[in-house]
Amino acid sequence: MSTRTRVGRPHAVWALPGVLFFAFFAVVPMALAFYLSFTTWDGLSDPRPVGLANWQKLLDDPRMTQSLWLTILLTAASWAFQTVVALLLGVWAAGPQRNRAVLSAIFFVPLLLSSTAVALLFYALLDPNFGIIQKDILGSSSGAFLAIVFVGGWQFIPFHTLIYQGGARQIPQVLYQAAAIDGAGRYRQFFSITLPQLRNTVITSTVLIVVGSLTYFETVLILTKGGPGTDTAILPYLMYEAGFKSYDFGYASAIASFLVLAATGLSLLLVRLSGFGAMRSTREGM
Amino acid sequence: MGSTTSSAGGRTFSRRWILGAGATTLLTTGLPGLTACGSGSGAGGGDGGTITAFVYGDDAVKVQEAGVARFNKSAAAKEAGGTVKLEKVPGSDYSPKLRTAMGSPSAPDVFFNWGGGSIRAYEEAGKLLDLTDTINNDPVLKDGFLPSVLAAGDLKGRHYGIPMRGMQPVILFYNKSVFAEHKLEPPTTWDQLLDINAKLKRANITPFALGGSDIWPELMWLEYLVDRLGGPEVFQRIQDGDAEGWGDPAVLKAAEMVKELVDDGAFGDKFTSVSYVNGGAPAVFARGRAAMHLMGSWEYSTQLGKFPDFAKQHLGWAAFPEVEGGTGDVRNVVGNPTNYWSVNSRTPNKDLAIAFLKDAASEAYAKDLIDLGDVPTTSNAAQLLDSAPNPEYAKFQYDMVQQAPAFTLSWDQALGELGTPMHTEIGKLFAGKSSPTEFVAACKELKK
Repeated sequence: MSTRTRVGRPHAVWALPGVLFFAFFAVVPMALAFYLSFTTWDGLSDPRPVGLANWQKLLDDPRMTQSLWLTILLTAASWAFQTVVALLLGVWAAGPQRNRAVLSAIFFVPLLLSSTAVALLFYALLDPNFGIIQKDILGSSSGAFLAIVFVGGWQFIPFHTLIYQGGARQIPQVLYQAAAIDGAGRYRQFFSITLPQLRNTVITSTVLIVVGSLTYFETVLILTKGGPGTDTAILPYLMYEAGFKSYDFGYASAIASFLVLAATGLSLLLVRLSGFGAMRSTREGM
Repeated sequence: MGSTTSSAGGRTFSRRWILGAGATTLLTTGLPGLTACGSGSGAGGGDGGTITAFVYGDDAVKVQEAGVARFNKSAAAKEAGGTVKLEKVPGSDYSPKLRTAMGSPSAPDVFFNWGGGSIRAYEEAGKLLDLTDTINNDPVLKDGFLPSVLAAGDLKGRHYGIPMRGMQPVILFYNKSVFAEHKLEPPTTWDQLLDINAKLKRANITPFALGGSDIWPELMWLEYLVDRLGGPEVFQRIQDGDAEGWGDPAVLKAAEMVKELVDDGAFGDKFTSVSYVNGGAPAVFARGRAAMHLMGSWEYSTQLGKFPDFAKQHLGWAAFPEVEGGTGDVRNVVGNPTNYWSVNSRTPNKDLAIAFLKDAASEAYAKDLIDLGDVPTTSNAAQLLDSAPNPEYAKFQYDMVQQAPAFTLSWDQALGELGTPMHTEIGKLFAGKSSPTEFVAACKELKK
């Protein structure tokens, strides 16, 4: 082997397993869903092409309007809740103290549970008659919505905390030492050093939360089944209902394709607006 | 109907190709948590030795377990050269799991269903074995079941299923000790029912348990009210495909009565988040927090499984009351005549499947159903009722069904695919998200 190949970039073959995995489990199914969105298919006989009928239905469906609004609301609420809590917890957990390390380890436990297990757990806790609160939280529209936001947060905040913890530990101590000499207090240090230094981390975490919220499903299915009425029927749930309750896989695929497009568009937008791609190092000049 | 498409010259992928390339298309686009749906569905078409049977996995599944164990050891199984593997699918997932499995290579050979509308799509896709000739040529099957029940699962006058569970009329259950304590009698008229509600509420007891988050327990109220108000013809028209049938005054009146009950607190204020399937509503009822429960006859075996003392000592039952001014016969019944086994037309071992179906006509099978508290739909059921754990309940059910001038199949099962959007509208009505008038208007839009 010559030295030339060793210093060069890794061969494209190295990417093959990843590319194949992505192709089989993401690209092919997405392409199929896109194809199915132009057909009518009941899951039993063969799909029949129907042109744009499903996409037309997507525009006309009154439930779609409600669902879209709920999805946007859920995404925004989840982002606000998870970002604030995870950021504070992450920065706190980044400290060197022993007790923080122990507590952080405990905080990460929800990360080990599956979404279904988490949702079932909260479903039992929120049972209106035999749960711990014995209040009908899931029976009111706002209660059910907030419960979904909360359970989602409970499950995913540990993950984002981990990201923020890592980010906060990367911030050089000299910055804080310099600030302390200049007389900056704790809060000033947080807002003038920690927050700006975590800018890249915030964007990474935001993209993950936004895309995650757009495809949020199991918790809704288990906690509320889209209820009361249809007041928590977000897009992924509407898609499930169209596919696996009404067996209208064509329409369900149209909703799925719309979600893929919306999520992709939104993440690209976020990255572009934040200038993430061309972002300069937060440690310029150090 | 079947394997190839002939759609206006357009090139289409075949179903098999789609399934083969990525069965869980929708799921993988964003729902990794649901992949359990597509996997682990058992042997299916594989070797002829073992065939798979899908069954609704609730408390009553013991009878099918015993039946399968007995059949696998029987001479009939040896003769047909194989055994049956029972796959119990949890209740709320049964229909979607069956649907996805039936379109895939791991389809069950024999499967539980509700007959009628619930299997129409399978029949149209050529997935069902027509059992008409098999039944007519076989005295065990032909004479083994009550003819009306056998016929209730028919499609276009052809048999596609063998009755395999008890009769499931919807019954008004009540807590005898709560009723005795407050000196109440089960209602025979609607006015009496409202009167009882008022008394119970004064005593701080919720009149009715209701598993509203499942929706179908709410549906039972509409089914009975529409029947009592306008007779079985009202829904028959809807079932026959005339969505304008929802405009019948009986539907609007029933919806208004539901709204009155809800507003009046007849179901308490938490029912929209209580589920029957997970045991919430049965527990509310068994623990005396609610005094009555409108539910299918399986409520007895459910309570026997979860709260045996309550089922044996305090559980009372009555027919749904008469509604003053209505034209429906008070003896009419709604619910499911029974459940059926149907056979996948592509099963590799048809003889084995049919031999297995015959076990459902056996006395041993009927005995197992009786022991569980169910009333079989076999022709020998009447003689077995005395040996039931609760002969009084068994005879009540049997007479109720025998004497009913009409037995209306559960609307969601009868309507097939339209059942889900109908559920949505019913859920909104009960949750107070739509008015009775809006409910009727929305139902009229339920068309294929």
